[in-house]
Amino acid sequence: MTAEVVRIEGLHKSFGSLEVLRGIDLAVREHEVVCLIGASGSGKSTLLRCINLLEPIDAGRVLIAGADITLPDVNENKVRRGIGIVFQAFNLFPHMSVLANVTLGPRRVLRVPQAEADRRATELLGRFGLADKREEYPDRLSGGQQQRVAIVRALAMNPELLLLDEITSALDPELVAEVLSVVRELAAGGMTMIIATHEMGFARDIANRVCFLDAGRILEEGPPDQIFSAPAEARTRQFLDRVIAAGRL
Amino acid sequence: MLIAVVSSIIFFTIVAIALTSSSTWPLVERDFFDGPTFWRYLPVIAGAFVTNIQLFLIAEILVLGLGLLVAVLRSLSGPVFFPIRLLAIAYADIFRGLPSILIIFVLGFGVPALGLPGVPGDPFFWAVVSLTLVYTAYVSEVYRAGIESIHPSQAAAARSLGLSQVQALRYVVVPQAIRRVIPPLLNDFIGLQKDTVLVSYIGVVEAFRTANIEQQAHFNFTPYLALSAIYLIITLPLTRLTDYLVSRDRRRFLAGAR
Ligand SMILES: Nc1ncnc2c1ncn2[C@@H]1O[C@H](COP(=O)(O)OP(=O)(O)O)[C@@H](O)[C@H]1O
Ligand SMILES: [Mg+2]
Repeated sequence: MTAEVVRIEGLHKSFGSLEVLRGIDLAVREHEVVCLIGASGSGKSTLLRCINLLEPIDAGRVLIAGADITLPDVNENKVRRGIGIVFQAFNLFPHMSVLANVTLGPRRVLRVPQAEADRRATELLGRFGLADKREEYPDRLSGGQQQRVAIVRALAMNPELLLLDEITSALDPELVAEVLSVVRELAAGGMTMIIATHEMGFARDIANRVCFLDAGRILEEGPPDQIFSAPAEARTRQFLDRVIAAGRL
Repeated sequence: MLIAVVSSIIFFTIVAIALTSSSTWPLVERDFFDGPTFWRYLPVIAGAFVTNIQLFLIAEILVLGLGLLVAVLRSLSGPVFFPIRLLAIAYADIFRGLPSILIIFVLGFGVPALGLPGVPGDPFFWAVVSLTLVYTAYVSEVYRAGIESIHPSQAAAARSLGLSQVQALRYVVVPQAIRRVIPPLLNDFIGLQKDTVLVSYIGVVEAFRTANIEQQAHFNFTPYLALSAIYLIITLPLTRLTDYLVSRDRRRFLAGAR
């Protein structure tokens, strides 16, 4: 059995009077790829943001490699170093070149010397077909290229866990494939990932486990074949029927 | 374009003829537009204007730094920083809410009058201090508006890499914010240049004070005209530049560019 990278126990999170996460339990092992599916507003993004402490939680615990990161005396900057996140809207830094985007974390957080950081960033960019974009600014790149740079930026920190939050939802359809193929490559390389996605075909391919989120709870989870072919819950079936009707499976 | 030029020439010629042909014109010309007086005082006042330039350059450098510091302190989140935030807010509110001249008087006359040991009595010193305090309050608000205009997802992306709150501000939020607030900063810079004349009241002998002395000695307002000319040489290009930057930003915004 591989080691547990993240364990979430009884996680609750509210925004004001709106309870968005209502008791989430989830454990992810090393090299595992877990996909979160569920309707818009079901709490996928909030769950991912709670895991790297971008949102404070109200109750429950989150353990990374066995250590509780929700204790008050935890250094949240240290925790976040080891957890990469890629957002739906890319969120590249528009005033920095691609290279500067990718090396910001290694240089300022890990204190890697610039020459070394540049060398590693160039290598990573090359691996994902972005070598010639090194000096470009984000607004000169296509959406697909921007999102790949965002993935490289997260990878440059050598995270133990990668969180992907609907990273293809803001892309034109013809650009989705290039980004998903990057994620496939990462999965093949053994990267532990939690992926919120609306791309059901992709989830089915890539996931070791699929969790269906409904109104802030994991209503059902299991291997992709079981969830997509024979869901136990009526609400999961309803959701999948709607997705099929929308032509996304 | 041609029509605009021709119509401008005609318009201003008519205005000039109307002004100079009126019966009071000789009087006005003698007291305000006396050529020989103008050219005699211009070098004297320009010499005194060096003090104004020193004042606003020193104050402006302090203002640009301190204003950013106040804005950053105000934007730190978390209960630990609450007292600091409160202080920064109180400072900005109070100094923006008072007439500059009041602050200049209180600091320039009041503080030296206390005769505290080690406190300088030099009016130039207090002139720099009061102008800096007033304009830092305005400029901190300009910076703050810039910082708040940067979408929180930028800070979130920086924090997710492990950058601290201060690092996220320093490397990601503030550099973008400053680009956006250059035009309003220039506006406040012009305001500061103009307000340097106010410190003449606490005994700094600068250009306005010099013009004032000459005017009273000769009962002629032409020295003020000389000072106005000097001011406009400096402020007009800056004003045009500010307007240009504002309209360029607006065009970019409308074009949907970043
Ligand atoms: N910062 C916030 N403040 C208030 N409500 C929020 C905030 N972020 C998310 N929500 C609400 O929480 C719910 C879950 O949102 P989200 O986690 O983004 O869902 P999903 O990613 O599954 O679409 C939604 O109702 C959303 O409006
Ligand atoms: Mg979402």
